[in-house]
Amino acid sequence: MRAETPFVALDRVSLTYGGEGGGTLAVEGLDLAISRGEFAAVVGPSGCGKSTLMKLVTGLAPASAGSVAVGGQRVAGPLKIVGMAFQNPTLLPWRTTLDNVLLPLEIVEPHRAAFRRERARHVERARALLATVGLAGFEGKYPWQLSGGMQQRASLCRALIHEPELLMLDEPFAALDAFTREELWGVLQDLWLVRRFTCILVTHDLREAVYLADTVHVMSARPGRIIATRAIDLPRPRTLEGSFEPHFVDLVHGLRDRIAAARAEA
Amino acid sequence: MSTILRAEGVTRVLPGPQPVTLVRDIDFALSPGEFVAVTGPSGSGKSSLLYLLGLLDRPTEGRISIEGRDTAAMSENELAATRLARLGFVFQFHFLLPEFTTLDNLLIPMRRLGRWDEAEREDRARALLASLGMDEAAGKLPEQLSGGMRQRAAIARALANDPALLLADEPTGNLDTRNARTVFDIFERLVADEHRSVIVVTHDQEQAARAPRQVRLVDGRIVHDSARD
Repeated sequence: MRAETPFVALDRVSLTYGGEGGGTLAVEGLDLAISRGEFAAVVGPSGCGKSTLMKLVTGLAPASAGSVAVGGQRVAGPLKIVGMAFQNPTLLPWRTTLDNVLLPLEIVEPHRAAFRRERARHVERARALLATVGLAGFEGKYPWQLSGGMQQRASLCRALIHEPELLMLDEPFAALDAFTREELWGVLQDLWLVRRFTCILVTHDLREAVYLADTVHVMSARPGRIIATRAIDLPRPRTLEGSFEPHFVDLVHGLRDRIAAARAEA
Repeated sequence: MSTILRAEGVTRVLPGPQPVTLVRDIDFALSPGEFVAVTGPSGSGKSSLLYLLGLLDRPTEGRISIEGRDTAAMSENELAATRLARLGFVFQFHFLLPEFTTLDNLLIPMRRLGRWDEAEREDRARALLASLGMDEAAGKLPEQLSGGMRQRAAIARALANDPALLLADEPTGNLDTRNARTVFDIFERLVADEHRSVIVVTHDQEQAARAPRQVRLVDGRIVHDSARD
Protein backbone atom coordinates (compact mmCIF):
# COMPACT_ATOMS: atom_id res chain seq x y z
CA MET A 1 0.00 0.00 0.00
CA ARG A 2 1.35 3.40 -0.94
CA ALA A 3 0.33 6.34 1.16
CA GLU A 4 1.03 8.83 -1.61
CA THR A 5 -2.02 10.79 -2.79
CA PRO A 6 -2.70 10.24 -6.48
CA PHE A 7 -2.17 13.28 -8.72
CA VAL A 8 -5.45 12.60 -10.49
CA ALA A 9 -8.20 10.99 -8.43
CA LEU A 10 -11.74 10.19 -9.49
CA ASP A 11 -13.89 8.76 -6.72
CA ARG A 12 -17.25 7.15 -7.58
CA VAL A 13 -17.94 9.74 -10.26
CA SER A 14 -21.16 9.82 -12.24
CA LEU A 15 -22.12 12.22 -14.99
CA THR A 16 -25.55 12.56 -16.53
CA TYR A 17 -25.98 14.60 -19.69
CA GLY A 18 -29.27 16.27 -20.46
CA GLY A 19 -30.50 16.97 -16.93
CA GLU A 20 -33.05 15.25 -14.70
CA GLY A 21 -35.38 12.57 -15.90
CA GLY A 22 -34.57 12.04 -19.55
CA GLY A 23 -30.78 12.42 -19.24
CA THR A 24 -28.13 10.04 -20.52
CA LEU A 25 -25.86 8.47 -17.95
CA ALA A 26 -22.40 8.84 -19.54
CA VAL A 27 -20.29 7.46 -16.71
CA GLU A 28 -21.27 5.84 -13.41
CA GLY A 29 -19.24 4.81 -10.39
CA LEU A 30 -16.01 5.81 -12.12
CA ASP A 31 -12.91 5.29 -9.98
CA LEU A 32 -9.48 6.21 -11.26
CA ALA A 33 -6.15 7.05 -9.62
CA ILE A 34 -3.09 8.29 -11.50
CA SER A 35 0.23 9.08 -9.80
CA ARG A 36 2.30 12.17 -10.45
CA GLY A 37 4.53 11.59 -13.45
CA GLU A 38 2.61 8.52 -14.57
CA PHE A 39 1.66 7.89 -18.18
CA ALA A 40 -1.89 6.49 -18.14
CA ALA A 41 -3.94 5.33 -21.10
CA VAL A 42 -7.70 4.87 -21.18
CA VAL A 43 -9.17 2.50 -23.74
CA GLY A 44 -12.66 1.16 -24.34
CA PRO A 45 -15.42 0.58 -26.87
CA SER A 46 -16.79 3.54 -28.84
CA GLY A 47 -19.19 5.66 -26.86
CA CYS A 48 -17.95 4.36 -23.51
CA GLY A 49 -17.37 7.83 -22.14
CA LYS A 50 -13.62 8.23 -22.71
CA SER A 51 -14.10 11.83 -23.79
CA THR A 52 -16.38 12.42 -20.81
CA LEU A 53 -13.52 11.29 -18.61
CA MET A 54 -11.29 13.91 -20.24
CA LYS A 55 -13.89 16.61 -19.59
CA LEU A 56 -14.29 15.57 -15.96
CA VAL A 57 -10.55 15.69 -15.27
CA THR A 58 -10.01 19.06 -16.97
CA GLY A 59 -13.06 20.60 -15.32
CA LEU A 60 -14.98 21.08 -18.56
CA ALA A 61 -17.87 19.05 -17.22
CA PRO A 62 -18.86 18.94 -13.54
CA ALA A 63 -19.54 15.54 -11.99
CA SER A 64 -23.19 14.83 -11.18
CA ALA A 65 -22.00 12.71 -8.23
CA GLY A 66 -18.68 11.74 -6.69
CA SER A 67 -15.49 13.79 -6.66
CA VAL A 68 -12.69 14.68 -9.05
CA ALA A 69 -9.36 15.96 -7.71
CA VAL A 70 -6.18 16.97 -9.48
CA GLY A 71 -3.00 17.82 -7.57
CA GLY A 72 -4.87 17.41 -4.29
CA GLN A 73 -7.42 20.08 -5.23
CA ARG A 74 -11.03 19.32 -5.96
CA VAL A 75 -11.79 20.22 -9.59
CA ALA A 76 -14.54 22.86 -9.60
CA GLY A 77 -13.90 24.58 -12.94
CA PRO A 78 -11.55 24.52 -15.91
CA LEU A 79 -7.98 23.65 -14.84
CA LYS A 80 -5.11 25.95 -15.64
CA ILE A 81 -2.27 23.45 -15.37
CA VAL A 82 -3.20 21.35 -18.37
CA GLY A 83 -1.77 21.02 -21.83
CA MET A 84 -4.00 19.44 -24.44
CA ALA A 85 -3.71 17.92 -27.87
CA PHE A 86 -6.57 16.56 -29.94
CA GLN A 87 -7.13 14.78 -33.21
CA ASN A 88 -8.30 18.08 -34.71
CA PRO A 89 -5.71 20.57 -35.88
CA THR A 90 -5.49 23.57 -33.58
CA LEU A 91 -2.44 25.33 -35.00
CA LEU A 92 -3.42 28.83 -36.10
CA PRO A 93 -3.16 28.95 -39.90
CA TRP A 94 -1.93 32.55 -39.90
CA ARG A 95 1.00 31.92 -37.56
CA THR A 96 4.29 30.19 -38.29
CA THR A 97 5.15 26.95 -36.50
CA LEU A 98 7.39 28.80 -34.05
CA ASP A 99 4.75 31.42 -33.30
CA ASN A 100 2.19 28.67 -32.76
CA VAL A 101 4.41 26.91 -30.24
CA LEU A 102 4.96 30.19 -28.35
CA LEU A 103 1.22 30.82 -27.99
CA PRO A 104 0.66 29.45 -24.47
CA LEU A 105 3.51 31.64 -23.22
CA GLU A 106 1.55 34.66 -24.41
CA ILE A 107 -1.43 33.58 -22.29
CA VAL A 108 -0.40 31.66 -19.18
CA GLU A 109 1.01 33.39 -16.11
CA PRO A 110 3.68 33.41 -14.80
CA HIS A 111 5.11 32.69 -18.25
CA ARG A 112 3.45 35.70 -19.84
CA ALA A 113 5.39 38.26 -17.84
CA ALA A 114 8.63 36.32 -18.27
CA PHE A 115 7.96 35.97 -21.98
CA ARG A 116 7.64 39.73 -22.40
CA ARG A 117 10.89 40.33 -20.51
CA GLU A 118 12.96 37.61 -22.11
CA ARG A 119 11.46 36.83 -25.46
CA ALA A 120 14.75 35.70 -26.98
CA ARG A 121 15.32 33.06 -24.31
CA HIS A 122 11.84 31.61 -24.78
CA VAL A 123 12.17 31.62 -28.54
CA GLU A 124 15.35 29.58 -28.10
CA ARG A 125 13.50 27.20 -25.80
CA ALA A 126 10.74 26.75 -28.40
CA ARG A 127 13.30 26.17 -31.15
CA ALA A 128 15.05 23.57 -29.01
CA LEU A 129 11.74 21.82 -28.31
CA LEU A 130 10.88 21.80 -32.02
CA ALA A 131 14.31 20.34 -32.73
CA THR A 132 13.73 17.47 -30.29
CA VAL A 133 10.64 16.43 -32.27
CA GLY A 134 12.49 16.69 -35.58
CA LEU A 135 11.14 20.05 -36.70
CA ALA A 136 14.40 22.01 -36.81
CA GLY A 137 14.32 24.12 -39.96
CA PHE A 138 10.51 24.29 -40.04
CA GLU A 139 10.10 27.10 -37.50
CA GLY A 140 9.18 29.64 -40.16
CA LYS A 141 6.72 27.42 -42.05
CA TYR A 142 2.96 27.81 -41.82
CA PRO A 143 0.77 24.85 -40.77
CA TRP A 144 -0.50 24.35 -44.32
CA GLN A 145 3.10 23.84 -45.41
CA LEU A 146 3.52 20.92 -42.96
CA SER A 147 2.34 17.31 -43.24
CA GLY A 148 -0.29 16.05 -40.79
CA GLY A 149 2.38 14.29 -38.73
CA MET A 150 4.50 17.42 -38.56
CA GLN A 151 1.48 19.45 -37.49
CA GLN A 152 0.86 16.99 -34.67
CA ARG A 153 4.52 17.21 -33.60
CA ALA A 154 4.18 20.96 -33.44
CA SER A 155 0.91 20.58 -31.50
CA LEU A 156 2.71 18.45 -28.91
CA CYS A 157 5.36 21.16 -28.57
CA ARG A 158 2.65 23.76 -28.13
CA ALA A 159 0.94 21.66 -25.47
CA LEU A 160 4.22 21.32 -23.55
CA ILE A 161 5.98 24.68 -23.97
CA HIS A 162 4.46 26.13 -20.78
CA GLU A 163 5.47 22.97 -18.88
CA PRO A 164 1.99 21.94 -17.76
CA GLU A 165 1.79 19.44 -14.93
CA LEU A 166 -0.81 17.41 -16.77
CA LEU A 167 -0.98 16.57 -20.47
CA MET A 168 -4.33 15.38 -21.83
CA LEU A 169 -4.28 13.64 -25.19
CA ASP A 170 -7.59 12.77 -26.84
CA GLU A 171 -6.95 10.45 -29.81
CA PRO A 172 -4.06 12.72 -30.84
CA PHE A 173 -2.82 10.52 -33.69
CA ALA A 174 -6.11 9.06 -34.92
CA ALA A 175 -6.17 11.12 -38.11
CA LEU A 176 -2.66 10.06 -39.17
CA ASP A 177 -1.57 7.12 -41.33
CA ALA A 178 -0.20 4.06 -39.50
CA PHE A 179 3.49 4.75 -40.18
CA THR A 180 3.31 8.36 -39.07
CA ARG A 181 1.30 7.36 -36.01
CA GLU A 182 3.93 4.83 -34.93
CA GLU A 183 6.69 7.38 -35.51
CA LEU A 184 4.90 9.80 -33.20
CA TRP A 185 4.64 7.21 -30.43
CA GLY A 186 8.43 7.39 -30.29
CA VAL A 187 8.38 11.19 -30.34
CA LEU A 188 5.88 11.35 -27.48
CA GLN A 189 7.73 8.73 -25.45
CA ASP A 190 11.00 10.68 -25.82
CA LEU A 191 9.32 13.89 -24.64
CA TRP A 192 7.82 12.10 -21.65
CA LEU A 193 11.05 10.34 -20.67
CA VAL A 194 12.80 13.70 -20.42
CA ARG A 195 9.99 15.76 -18.89
CA ARG A 196 7.94 13.23 -16.90
CA PHE A 197 4.69 15.16 -16.98
CA THR A 198 1.59 13.29 -15.83
CA CYS A 199 -0.22 12.17 -18.96
CA ILE A 200 -3.67 10.80 -19.73
CA LEU A 201 -3.99 9.38 -23.22
CA VAL A 202 -7.44 8.47 -24.49
CA THR A 203 -7.20 6.13 -27.45
CA HIS A 204 -8.91 3.24 -29.18
CA ASP A 205 -5.57 1.95 -30.45
CA LEU A 206 -4.48 -0.80 -28.05
CA ARG A 207 -0.94 -1.04 -29.42
CA GLU A 208 -0.60 2.70 -28.91
CA ALA A 209 -1.79 2.34 -25.31
CA VAL A 210 0.63 -0.51 -24.54
CA TYR A 211 3.55 1.19 -26.29
CA LEU A 212 3.15 4.44 -24.38
CA ALA A 213 1.54 3.83 -21.02
CA ASP A 214 2.67 2.72 -17.57
CA THR A 215 -0.91 1.74 -16.85
CA VAL A 216 -3.84 1.00 -19.17
CA HIS A 217 -7.38 1.41 -17.88
CA VAL A 218 -10.23 -0.32 -19.70
CA MET A 219 -13.64 1.33 -19.68
CA SER A 220 -16.95 -0.50 -19.96
CA ALA A 221 -19.69 0.33 -22.44
CA ARG A 222 -21.96 3.19 -21.37
CA PRO A 223 -22.42 4.09 -18.61
CA GLY A 224 -18.63 3.98 -18.51
CA ARG A 225 -16.60 2.84 -15.55
CA ILE A 226 -13.15 1.30 -15.22
CA ILE A 227 -13.48 -2.47 -15.45
CA ALA A 228 -9.81 -3.43 -15.65
CA THR A 229 -6.44 -1.84 -14.97
CA ARG A 230 -3.26 -3.35 -16.39
CA ALA A 231 0.24 -2.28 -15.41
CA ILE A 232 2.50 -2.38 -18.48
CA ASP A 233 5.77 -3.81 -17.23
CA LEU A 234 7.74 -3.35 -20.45
CA PRO A 235 11.14 -1.66 -20.09
CA ARG A 236 11.73 1.79 -21.57
CA PRO A 237 12.50 3.17 -23.99
CA ARG A 238 10.07 0.97 -25.86
CA THR A 239 10.61 0.36 -29.54
CA LEU A 240 8.51 -0.56 -32.53
CA GLU A 241 10.44 -3.83 -32.87
CA GLY A 242 9.54 -4.55 -29.26
CA SER A 243 5.86 -4.15 -30.11
CA PHE A 244 6.04 -7.40 -32.09
CA GLU A 245 7.55 -9.42 -29.25
CA PRO A 246 5.40 -12.02 -27.47
CA HIS A 247 4.92 -10.19 -24.17
CA PHE A 248 3.81 -6.97 -25.88
CA VAL A 249 1.45 -8.92 -28.11
CA ASP A 250 0.05 -10.79 -25.11
CA LEU A 251 -0.67 -7.53 -23.32
CA VAL A 252 -2.53 -6.20 -26.38
CA HIS A 253 -4.52 -9.43 -26.71
CA GLY A 254 -5.40 -9.36 -23.02
CA LEU A 255 -6.80 -5.84 -23.38
CA ARG A 256 -8.63 -6.77 -26.56
CA ASP A 257 -10.34 -9.70 -24.80
CA ARG A 258 -11.38 -7.42 -21.95
CA ILE A 259 -12.91 -4.89 -24.36
CA ALA A 260 -14.63 -7.63 -26.36
CA ALA A 261 -16.23 -8.81 -23.12
CA ALA A 262 -17.28 -5.23 -22.31
CA ARG A 263 -18.90 -4.86 -25.72
CA ALA A 264 -20.72 -8.17 -25.35
CA GLU A 265 -22.15 -7.01 -22.02
CA ALA A 266 -23.53 -3.87 -23.64
CA MET B 1 -6.94 55.29 -49.86
CA SER B 2 -9.30 53.74 -52.33
CA THR B 3 -7.77 50.28 -52.60
CA ILE B 4 -7.00 48.00 -49.68
CA LEU B 5 -5.69 45.10 -51.61
CA ARG B 6 -4.53 44.72 -55.18
CA ALA B 7 -3.36 41.63 -57.08
CA GLU B 8 -1.83 42.16 -60.53
CA GLY B 9 -1.07 39.23 -62.81
CA VAL B 10 -0.69 36.89 -59.86
CA THR B 11 0.28 33.29 -60.57
CA ARG B 12 1.23 30.73 -57.94
CA VAL B 13 3.00 27.54 -58.97
CA LEU B 14 3.95 24.80 -56.52
CA PRO B 15 7.41 23.71 -57.59
CA GLY B 16 8.39 20.05 -57.90
CA PRO B 17 9.03 17.38 -60.51
CA GLN B 18 5.52 18.06 -61.78
CA PRO B 19 4.79 21.71 -60.95
CA VAL B 20 1.19 22.49 -60.03
CA THR B 21 -0.37 25.83 -60.93
CA LEU B 22 -2.69 26.82 -58.09
CA VAL B 23 -3.91 30.14 -59.50
CA ARG B 24 -2.94 32.05 -62.64
CA ASP B 25 -3.16 35.60 -64.01
CA ILE B 26 -5.23 36.91 -61.14
CA ASP B 27 -6.17 40.59 -61.36
CA PHE B 28 -8.20 41.75 -58.42
CA ALA B 29 -8.64 45.02 -56.52
CA LEU B 30 -10.59 45.49 -53.33
CA SER B 31 -11.99 48.75 -51.95
CA PRO B 32 -12.98 49.51 -48.35
CA GLY B 33 -16.52 48.37 -47.58
CA GLU B 34 -16.62 45.69 -50.27
CA PHE B 35 -18.14 42.29 -49.57
CA VAL B 36 -16.89 39.65 -52.01
CA ALA B 37 -17.93 36.01 -52.30
CA VAL B 38 -15.44 33.75 -54.08
CA THR B 39 -16.99 30.56 -55.41
CA GLY B 40 -15.91 27.77 -57.73
CA PRO B 41 -15.56 24.00 -57.93
CA SER B 42 -13.34 22.05 -55.50
CA GLY B 43 -9.72 22.42 -56.50
CA SER B 44 -10.35 25.60 -58.48
CA GLY B 45 -7.84 27.49 -56.34
CA LYS B 46 -10.20 29.39 -54.04
CA SER B 47 -8.27 28.68 -50.86
CA SER B 48 -4.92 29.23 -52.59
CA LEU B 49 -6.17 32.65 -53.68
CA LEU B 50 -7.30 33.46 -50.15
CA TYR B 51 -3.88 32.51 -48.74
CA LEU B 52 -2.24 34.81 -51.29
CA LEU B 53 -4.62 37.70 -50.62
CA GLY B 54 -4.19 37.09 -46.87
CA LEU B 55 -0.40 37.47 -47.23
CA LEU B 56 0.13 33.90 -46.00
CA ASP B 57 1.72 32.89 -49.29
CA ARG B 58 3.70 34.73 -51.95
CA PRO B 59 3.04 34.73 -55.68
CA THR B 60 5.42 33.03 -58.09
CA GLU B 61 4.70 35.77 -60.62
CA GLY B 62 2.87 39.07 -60.40
CA ARG B 63 2.38 41.47 -57.53
CA ILE B 64 0.22 41.82 -54.45
CA SER B 65 0.02 45.12 -52.63
CA ILE B 66 -1.76 46.01 -49.43
CA GLU B 67 -2.79 49.60 -48.76
CA GLY B 68 -0.36 50.71 -51.44
CA ARG B 69 2.64 48.67 -50.24
CA ASP B 70 4.13 46.04 -52.51
CA THR B 71 4.38 42.83 -50.48
CA ALA B 72 7.36 41.57 -52.51
CA ALA B 73 9.49 44.18 -50.72
CA MET B 74 8.23 43.15 -47.27
CA SER B 75 10.06 40.71 -44.97
CA GLU B 76 8.22 37.82 -43.28
CA ASN B 77 8.14 39.83 -40.07
CA GLU B 78 6.62 42.83 -41.84
CA LEU B 79 4.01 40.58 -43.42
CA ALA B 80 3.18 39.08 -40.02
CA ALA B 81 2.87 42.54 -38.48
CA THR B 82 0.62 43.68 -41.33
CA ARG B 83 -1.60 40.63 -40.98
CA LEU B 84 -1.83 41.15 -37.24
CA ALA B 85 -2.85 44.80 -37.52
CA ARG B 86 -4.89 44.91 -40.74
CA LEU B 87 -6.30 41.44 -41.49
CA GLY B 88 -8.56 39.00 -39.68
CA PHE B 89 -8.96 35.31 -40.57
CA VAL B 90 -11.81 32.87 -40.15
CA PHE B 91 -11.68 29.25 -41.31
CA GLN B 92 -14.04 26.29 -41.39
CA PHE B 93 -12.51 25.04 -38.16
CA HIS B 94 -12.57 27.59 -35.35
CA PHE B 95 -8.92 27.18 -34.26
CA LEU B 96 -9.72 28.36 -30.74
CA LEU B 97 -7.15 27.02 -28.30
CA PRO B 98 -8.93 24.31 -26.29
CA GLU B 99 -7.20 24.88 -22.96
CA PHE B 100 -7.99 28.59 -22.79
CA THR B 101 -11.19 30.56 -22.26
CA THR B 102 -12.90 32.51 -25.03
CA LEU B 103 -11.68 35.73 -23.42
CA ASP B 104 -8.06 34.52 -23.39
CA ASN B 105 -8.39 33.43 -26.99
CA LEU B 106 -9.53 36.95 -27.93
CA LEU B 107 -6.75 38.58 -25.94
CA ILE B 108 -4.00 36.71 -27.83
CA PRO B 109 -3.89 38.91 -30.95
CA MET B 110 -4.45 42.10 -28.95
CA ARG B 111 -1.58 41.36 -26.59
CA ARG B 112 0.67 40.66 -29.51
CA LEU B 113 -0.31 43.93 -31.20
CA GLY B 114 0.22 45.88 -27.99
CA ARG B 115 -1.94 48.84 -28.99
CA TRP B 116 -4.08 48.83 -25.84
CA ASP B 117 -3.36 48.21 -22.17
CA GLU B 118 -4.65 45.03 -20.52
CA ALA B 119 -7.82 46.63 -19.09
CA GLU B 120 -8.72 48.15 -22.45
CA ARG B 121 -8.03 44.84 -24.16
CA GLU B 122 -10.38 43.03 -21.84
CA ASP B 123 -13.09 45.66 -22.29
CA ARG B 124 -12.69 45.39 -26.04
CA ALA B 125 -12.91 41.61 -25.96
CA ARG B 126 -16.06 41.67 -23.85
CA ALA B 127 -17.66 44.34 -26.03
CA LEU B 128 -16.88 42.31 -29.14
CA LEU B 129 -18.43 39.19 -27.65
CA ALA B 130 -21.49 41.19 -26.58
CA SER B 131 -21.87 42.66 -30.06
CA LEU B 132 -22.01 39.12 -31.41
CA GLY B 133 -24.61 38.09 -28.86
CA MET B 134 -22.40 35.99 -26.64
CA ASP B 135 -21.71 37.95 -23.45
CA GLU B 136 -21.68 34.78 -21.41
CA ALA B 137 -19.00 33.05 -23.47
CA ALA B 138 -16.06 35.04 -22.09
CA GLY B 139 -15.22 32.71 -19.21
CA LYS B 140 -16.06 29.51 -21.03
CA LEU B 141 -13.73 27.13 -22.82
CA PRO B 142 -14.33 26.40 -26.52
CA GLU B 143 -15.55 22.89 -25.60
CA GLN B 144 -18.34 24.44 -23.57
CA LEU B 145 -19.72 26.44 -26.50
CA SER B 146 -22.03 25.27 -29.27
CA GLY B 147 -20.63 24.98 -32.79
CA GLY B 148 -22.28 28.22 -33.84
CA MET B 149 -20.94 30.08 -30.83
CA ARG B 150 -17.43 28.74 -31.40
CA GLN B 151 -17.45 30.12 -34.91
CA ARG B 152 -18.74 33.49 -33.67
CA ALA B 153 -15.95 33.49 -31.07
CA ALA B 154 -13.51 32.86 -33.91
CA ILE B 155 -14.99 35.84 -35.76
CA ALA B 156 -14.68 37.97 -32.62
CA ARG B 157 -11.01 37.00 -32.39
CA ALA B 158 -10.53 37.89 -36.07
CA LEU B 159 -11.97 41.35 -35.31
CA ALA B 160 -10.00 41.90 -32.12
CA ASN B 161 -7.38 44.20 -33.66
CA ASP B 162 -9.89 46.23 -35.66
CA PRO B 163 -8.87 44.88 -39.10
CA ALA B 164 -9.64 46.59 -42.38
CA LEU B 165 -10.25 43.26 -44.09
CA LEU B 166 -11.70 39.96 -42.95
CA LEU B 167 -10.77 36.84 -44.95
CA ALA B 168 -12.94 33.78 -44.46
CA ASP B 169 -12.34 30.30 -45.92
CA GLU B 170 -15.52 28.16 -45.84
CA PRO B 171 -16.62 29.73 -42.55
CA THR B 172 -19.99 27.97 -42.60
CA GLY B 173 -18.71 24.54 -43.64
CA ASN B 174 -19.36 23.04 -40.18
CA LEU B 175 -22.57 24.94 -39.44
CA ASP B 176 -26.28 24.33 -39.91
CA THR B 177 -28.35 26.74 -42.02
CA ARG B 178 -29.41 28.94 -39.13
CA ASN B 179 -25.86 29.44 -37.85
CA ALA B 180 -24.58 29.91 -41.41
CA ARG B 181 -27.09 32.73 -41.83
CA THR B 182 -25.94 34.31 -38.58
CA VAL B 183 -22.32 34.31 -39.79
CA PHE B 184 -23.27 36.08 -43.00
CA ASP B 185 -25.50 38.49 -41.04
CA ILE B 186 -22.36 39.44 -39.12
CA PHE B 187 -20.35 39.86 -42.34
CA GLU B 188 -23.06 42.14 -43.77
CA ARG B 189 -23.00 44.25 -40.64
CA LEU B 190 -19.21 44.56 -40.65
CA VAL B 191 -19.43 45.94 -44.17
CA ALA B 192 -22.50 48.15 -43.78
CA ASP B 193 -21.96 49.57 -40.29
CA GLU B 194 -18.20 49.40 -39.85
CA HIS B 195 -17.05 49.88 -43.43
CA ARG B 196 -14.75 46.87 -43.28
CA SER B 197 -14.12 44.65 -46.30
CA VAL B 198 -14.90 40.95 -46.34
CA ILE B 199 -13.69 38.24 -48.72
CA VAL B 200 -15.38 34.92 -48.19
CA VAL B 201 -14.57 31.67 -49.98
CA THR B 202 -17.59 29.39 -49.81
CA HIS B 203 -19.46 26.44 -51.24
CA ASP B 204 -22.66 27.73 -49.69
CA GLN B 205 -24.54 29.12 -52.71
CA GLU B 206 -27.43 30.50 -50.68
CA GLN B 207 -25.17 32.57 -48.43
CA ALA B 208 -22.71 33.48 -51.20
CA ALA B 209 -25.55 35.13 -53.11
CA ARG B 210 -25.84 37.72 -50.33
CA ALA B 211 -22.48 39.29 -51.19
CA PRO B 212 -22.80 42.27 -53.55
CA ARG B 213 -19.65 41.27 -55.43
CA GLN B 214 -19.30 37.81 -56.91
CA VAL B 215 -16.03 36.28 -58.07
CA ARG B 216 -15.96 32.86 -59.70
CA LEU B 217 -12.83 30.76 -60.05
CA VAL B 218 -12.33 27.83 -62.43
CA ASP B 219 -8.99 26.03 -62.84
CA GLY B 220 -7.18 28.78 -60.97
CA ARG B 221 -8.50 31.63 -63.12
CA ILE B 222 -11.11 34.25 -62.40
CA VAL B 223 -13.82 33.49 -64.95
CA HIS B 224 -16.30 35.98 -63.56
CA ASP B 225 -16.02 39.12 -61.42
CA SER B 226 -19.26 41.05 -61.07
CA ALA B 227 -17.27 44.23 -60.46
CA ARG B 228 -15.86 44.00 -63.98
CA ASP B 229 -18.43 42.24 -66.14
